[in-house]
Amino acid sequence: MATSSVSKGCFVFKPDFKRKKVSFPLADYFNEGASLSEDSKLRFDTCQLLWQQMKSEAEELQEELNKNLFDNLIEFLGKSHLEFRKKSTNWNYQIKSREIPAAAIVLGVNVTDHDLIFKGLTEMLKDTVTPYVVSLQAKECPDVKHLLQKLASQLMGCCVDIESTEEENVQSSQRKMHYSMAFLSTWYRSITKKIDSESVNKKITSSSQWKESPPIVIILKDIESFSTKVLQDFIIISSQYLHELPIVLVFGIATSPIIIHRLLPQAVSSLCIELLQSLSCKEHLAKLLDKLLLTTRFPFKLNEKALQILTNIFLYHDFSVQNFIKGLQLAILEHFYSQPLSILCCDLPEAKRRIYSLSEDQCESIRRLPSFMRYVEKQTPEKQVASLTNERFLKEETLRFLEELHIYHENFFLVLRCFHAFMSSLPKYPLGRQIRELYCACLEKNIWESQEYEPVLQLLRMLAKDELIAILQKCVEVFKSCPGKQLGSTAEKLQEFLAQFQSLEESNEEENGSGSQQKGFQKTDLYHLQKSLLEMKELRSSNKKQTKFEVRRDRVVDLVDNLVRKYLSPPDTQTLYEVVYFTGAHMLREHLNAAPRIALHTALNNPYHYLKNQALKSEDDSIPNVAPDICIAYKLHLECSRLINLVDWSEAFATVVTAAEEMDPNSTASEEIKEIIHARFIRAVSELELLGFIKPTKQKTDHVARLTWGGC
Amino acid sequence: MEGFGLAVDCLGPRHPGRLVPQFLLLVKRGQYCLRLIMMNHLKPQEVKMLEVQFVGDDDVLNHILDKEEGAKFRKDRAQLLVNVKKLMKKQESDLNEDDQEDLKDENYVDILGADTQESLKNGRVAGGSSKVYSFQTRKNPEKMAELAYELAKTPGKSTSLISKENAEKMASTSQSSKKQSTSDKDQLKSDEKNEFLSTPYRLRKRLTVSTLPSDTESEYSDSNSEDDNGVKREEEEKISEVLMDQKRIAKHRSVSSSSCKKVSAKKMKKDTTTDLVEEYFEAHSSSKVLTSDRTLQKLKRTKLDQQTLHNLLSKSSPSFSAELKQLNEQHEQLFHKWMLQLHLGFNIVLYGLGSKKELLEKFRASMLQDSVHVVINGFFPGITVKSILNSITEEVLDHMGTFQSVLDQLDWIINKFKDDSSLELFLLIHNLDSQMLRGDKSQQILGQLSSLPKIYLIASIDHINAPLMWDHSKQSLYNWLWYETTTYRPYTEETSYENSLLVQQCGTLALSSLTHVFRSLTPNARGIFRLLIKYQLENEDNPSYIGLSFQDFYQQCREAFLVNSDLTLRAQLIEFRDHKLLRTKKGTDGVEYLLIPIDTGTLTDFLEKEDKEA
Repeated sequence: MATSSVSKGCFVFKPDFKRKKVSFPLADYFNEGASLSEDSKLRFDTCQLLWQQMKSEAEELQEELNKNLFDNLIEFLGKSHLEFRKKSTNWNYQIKSREIPAAAIVLGVNVTDHDLIFKGLTEMLKDTVTPYVVSLQAKECPDVKHLLQKLASQLMGCCVDIESTEEENVQSSQRKMHYSMAFLSTWYRSITKKIDSESVNKKITSSSQWKESPPIVIILKDIESFSTKVLQDFIIISSQYLHELPIVLVFGIATSPIIIHRLLPQAVSSLCIELLQSLSCKEHLAKLLDKLLLTTRFPFKLNEKALQILTNIFLYHDFSVQNFIKGLQLAILEHFYSQPLSILCCDLPEAKRRIYSLSEDQCESIRRLPSFMRYVEKQTPEKQVASLTNERFLKEETLRFLEELHIYHENFFLVLRCFHAFMSSLPKYPLGRQIRELYCACLEKNIWESQEYEPVLQLLRMLAKDELIAILQKCVEVFKSCPGKQLGSTAEKLQEFLAQFQSLEESNEEENGSGSQQKGFQKTDLYHLQKSLLEMKELRSSNKKQTKFEVRRDRVVDLVDNLVRKYLSPPDTQTLYEVVYFTGAHMLREHLNAAPRIALHTALNNPYHYLKNQALKSEDDSIPNVAPDICIAYKLHLECSRLINLVDWSEAFATVVTAAEEMDPNSTASEEIKEIIHARFIRAVSELELLGFIKPTKQKTDHVARLTWGGC
Repeated sequence: MEGFGLAVDCLGPRHPGRLVPQFLLLVKRGQYCLRLIMMNHLKPQEVKMLEVQFVGDDDVLNHILDKEEGAKFRKDRAQLLVNVKKLMKKQESDLNEDDQEDLKDENYVDILGADTQESLKNGRVAGGSSKVYSFQTRKNPEKMAELAYELAKTPGKSTSLISKENAEKMASTSQSSKKQSTSDKDQLKSDEKNEFLSTPYRLRKRLTVSTLPSDTESEYSDSNSEDDNGVKREEEEKISEVLMDQKRIAKHRSVSSSSCKKVSAKKMKKDTTTDLVEEYFEAHSSSKVLTSDRTLQKLKRTKLDQQTLHNLLSKSSPSFSAELKQLNEQHEQLFHKWMLQLHLGFNIVLYGLGSKKELLEKFRASMLQDSVHVVINGFFPGITVKSILNSITEEVLDHMGTFQSVLDQLDWIINKFKDDSSLELFLLIHNLDSQMLRGDKSQQILGQLSSLPKIYLIASIDHINAPLMWDHSKQSLYNWLWYETTTYRPYTEETSYENSLLVQQCGTLALSSLTHVFRSLTPNARGIFRLLIKYQLENEDNPSYIGLSFQDFYQQCREAFLVNSDLTLRAQLIEFRDHKLLRTKKGTDGVEYLLIPIDTGTLTDFLEKEDKEA
């Protein structure tokens, strides 16, 4: 092979024709290289377009969510170094100036999302506050020297942006210079003077308060990974220079704010810390789902299992919204890749256009959709024939179904939101607290058939009035926010109810007064008390006179029940749902949350799973002796404890293998065959070593040590 | 307080009038045991008496043994073992604790979503999960041979049937041998059997005890005659053995509860150490390792060199080639998808048993012919991140400069790729988890490289713990999509570099390098080196030879008119040391010893060759 050598490990291949730009359209890869290029290209473009839209939506959301945090930070920056800007020299300031203003941002454990936040932060600061923003990571700063070097080089880089690029040469020569804080402070003085004299600062125009002496913001992205000594030294040094350099520190904290005190037991006194909290990742996810999936804006939907997998990866593995988005991207890609009808997975007007240009094959694949077949079976014979043979008719049908699907979604999400408003007020959240849990439940099956549904309704019938009013208000808002007119009457009804309840308020009080007749408590014994309680119970159940409020409450609950039954049916009841719902849940798990150890274990333990040969079939733990060498060696090694004697192992191996080859072990097998078996054993052992099951040991001659202590 | 076991000793169930339960609370690892004897006599109005006293571990053991001895002649007495946990929980639900855990696993997998076709696989996996984490150590040394024998006996078929028969035979023989010695126990056994039937979980556990190989049982019967101390030790050993065995429950073995007497102590321990962590330390606590002392020297075939190994292996034909081909074809269908996903910003990692080099090579040949790509053999022992970056900067980007550090180089590459959007690069890394690349820094750099939108990485991993290399931030840099590609291909090339256990590194490489260095030397230096070689070959058979002392060497060289002062000698030696042809070591007496770290075979070859040419 061209890529094996005993002297080097890297092989560079360049295409023969130098720099000849062969830009393969990506869509070529889309249909497994098959020739159906037109169709696949369209599908690929739709996929990319959809993904771009969703991505930008997600990014917008991210920005929006971070806005609050950033505003707080800017406010904090405004407060810090006030004195410095005024060039004040009073005594109080001199004392205070030993304290470095520091903002600690608690970001949560989802480390992978932090980068994005910091990126946004840096950009935002550069745009509005100061050009001097430096972000440092722990791995770049093993000691103070490196830290200062990094700091200075980034700061110099900053000023290059503003000034002309002629300093670049100077800068590169400066790289090798030794940096100190003193050097930085002279640099800062010169730079501010320059700006003062020129008094042109194109970049920072928004607020004049930063103009004079922009602060130097140093972002330490991962405070936990910095070594105490480096941080401590740096803080002490910079606190000395604070009256010359307006430094502001920003710490990114993944765990809890207490870490600052643990990391900096002494230097913490020279910090003036302000704690800022970022949005929790769970809320972020909820908002994201709300924007991307619980909406009719994007046609693409996930089915229940796929959504479950993505949320489970989020909840049980990393809390990373970015990874969730990645999973979503994969799902979209996979959907468009594997479902030929996904060509219709676009917004309605576009889909209408596309329906009429569907080819014969595509019509055929529509007919083969399970949901469509289900529909056809229910029709009259003439219609059946028409939809199976008449292409035109089929296209009209398809269009109708797509429109219905769209309406279904509109109603579904409206009702889902209302229902969630009701659910989130119940104690213990029987159907889940988050809307995504409720959504999953609705996707899975008819929610009104689930176990929890009945008790939920009963609980709803016990809501207090003010709670009910609050919920109804929420629902009305939900309906108002959506322009759709499908559920217009419902919205009106809800409003009506709301008005009735509000008007009830006054009259109800009177009822309450009369209803609760307080018998003065008199001394009774246990027997009498029980008796009277029983009586009261009976009385209540028999001639329970419902108040006006109760009657109306029941009516509201009935309305909700009706809505749920009517609109929250799971999507697989809809015809042509396959077009927009992604169903390959196992795909997502395989590719995002793989389990290599289990795969290895299965391959070694049960080769039949991969190699479908009858000879390899076995029932329980055992494996047949014709299995691949490595499986046999593995199986044998499982029987050993910490150390394995190579001789025993090799003999056991030879026994098995000779038996498999149906040779009489007693006959003097030729020396050559024995040699070959030995060689096979050696190979199997070294493969197991490569896989990390064993390693050589010096504890005992000719022994290897087992590295796993389970069965795997 | 995890170490509680509670032994309930029911005295005389045959006498309904006299029920004297004695609870024995044993504190594991404690010096003292809390012995709680609760006497509950027949008449209900009698006051319950609670007596609490401290007793030593030994006493408790003695107590148990006493009871067991007593059982021999008091046939009306059976032992029932309960543990605290079970008393506290509902018994029914607890009986199937293990099963429930399995169920939970499956549930989780289910939640993670399995399509119908996939669920089959999952079921297997989930079923196997108990196996995955089961615990089997400290086996009998003969166990492996036994298994081999079993495997060998059933050509092409599952062994379960025959092994069952074997076991039965074994069990019956052991039982019969026992029968004479403990004939009075039999009655008791049947009694107990009845009791066990009502408690299937315990029965299963008990059965595992009976599945111990026959020879340990004989060992065990010996223990009766031994003194108390011996019994105790024996027992402890048994306990650990039971611990190892308990997970692999033999479902279909006949009941031979010959060792049920001893179970009491085992049980108590068993429940305390269900924790896997504890099991690990249990397995590694005993320094004694029971393996046979045979060495490879006794076998005639000892070590083969790489070449003969290769030749031998080429003679054996691989089995299941049709299935392997099918498997490979399945993977090859994914090539287009990989290209697509690589272009969309994902990177691809392949895992699964079998060498993936061929597969990637095929991918390269069919997909990457028109694009710039770098193939990196991670298993190559000399590979470093530096060399990878060098080949990118020098050969791909045609840069003829040097860099201060790897990070600088990385920055340069990143900037280059940012500036020039027409650049595209595919990286194929075989064995990303190899010794040389698995370090944190290397992975960080490779991750940063792969996070560039125009660098596409496709890599393979093999080590079982490979995913541990990546924390969350690295994983997000890599942006992996995992693909299982089990190929069952032999890791021929991957293992050819490493100094394998049984493979002797052939001296050809060493010999040629030796010759090359030697030729470039001055005649004097050659003479010096030759002297050293000769001396070393003379002492070939001396096992305590640690090298030639510097002074002696100097003398010899002087006598041969090769050097005139020890300074010149030292200057000459530097040359050898730089080429790793010489190693110096301080002996215990502080004298410097010189040694050539090359095996004698190569040295003789070398001398012969040189002599021939000279």
